[in-house]
Amino acid sequence: MGSINSPYEANPGPLPEDLMVSAKIVVAGGFGVGKTTFVGSVSQVPPLNTEAWMTTASENIDDIKQIGSKTTTTVAMDFGKLSLRRDLMLYLFGTPGQPRFWFMWDDLSRGALGAIVLVDPRRIDESFAAINYFENDSTVPFIVVVNLFNGDLPYRLEELREALALAPNVPLITCDARDRGSAVYALRELVSYTLALVDRPSSNQESLYRQGRRTARTLVD
Amino acid sequence: MGTTAPRNKWVAARIRPYTLTGGRTRVRHELFVETIISVPHYDPALRDSLMPESRELYELARTMVSVAELSALLSIPLAVVRVLVSDLADYGAVVIHPTGYAYRHDRETLERILDGLNQLSI
Repeated sequence: MGSINSPYEANPGPLPEDLMVSAKIVVAGGFGVGKTTFVGSVSQVPPLNTEAWMTTASENIDDIKQIGSKTTTTVAMDFGKLSLRRDLMLYLFGTPGQPRFWFMWDDLSRGALGAIVLVDPRRIDESFAAINYFENDSTVPFIVVVNLFNGDLPYRLEELREALALAPNVPLITCDARDRGSAVYALRELVSYTLALVDRPSSNQESLYRQGRRTARTLVD
Repeated sequence: MGTTAPRNKWVAARIRPYTLTGGRTRVRHELFVETIISVPHYDPALRDSLMPESRELYELARTMVSVAELSALLSIPLAVVRVLVSDLADYGAVVIHPTGYAYRHDRETLERILDGLNQLSI
């Protein structure tokens, strides 16, 4: 016993019979873009009360005490789980939308196979921060998924790519977060993209330039 | 021993959870939110020797459970769960299962995940 330590310490090799690999996908995007709906559509378990995750952990963050008078901070996050194989579990974690919980993004996205950034086509600026994060502050591969809600996309996808200042190599697709098949399709697109990057690591060269364009756009709007 | 604590004891008792961990917030094992742990050989004597929070955690881990779920089910902050799990792992009381991160450059595992998604009944 005790021979199995961190996955860092062990070289990944053939799995012993009784081990379960857990993979993680992060679902990000601004307020109201459909993260909760998306996670709920694909999860095989009911939502968890995740408020305990952060309670009192905010004591580490001095800024929070300064911003508000609250000494404890709670935040609900989306959590979902999918059993893919006998020895393979996929977890979905939604990132909290409020800027003051961004420090939580590092914790949630560390180790993720990839991230889905959801975009509401009517309010694309809601998701700029999430795109900036995965472009610049994270090595987690990400794709951008336009949540169509019940409508059609009012413009061409490539126009949206331009409006998002999204690099040509970042996959941009649409889905209906309420529909399980459609949400699973988005997950498949992300894993395919991650798989494609195994042989071809991406470069973040243009990201700062793109972030600048996005900021300028926010100011104009 | 044998006391059952209320679920919301963290809020109700105003106990700082880090007193349980001796103030430690760093752990020797890398534990992601999705990291699964389990009890390989359940030992009632060991169970009885544990502090209440670790004991509850040990009981829950008799079936495979992730760090995030432990935190939610026990109403204990993630950082504290990590310390408690790490200690139990040091005793050999729980097994820390590998995460997809260890396999992120491994085609075969990624293909198995993709295949698993393809086979979901929609």
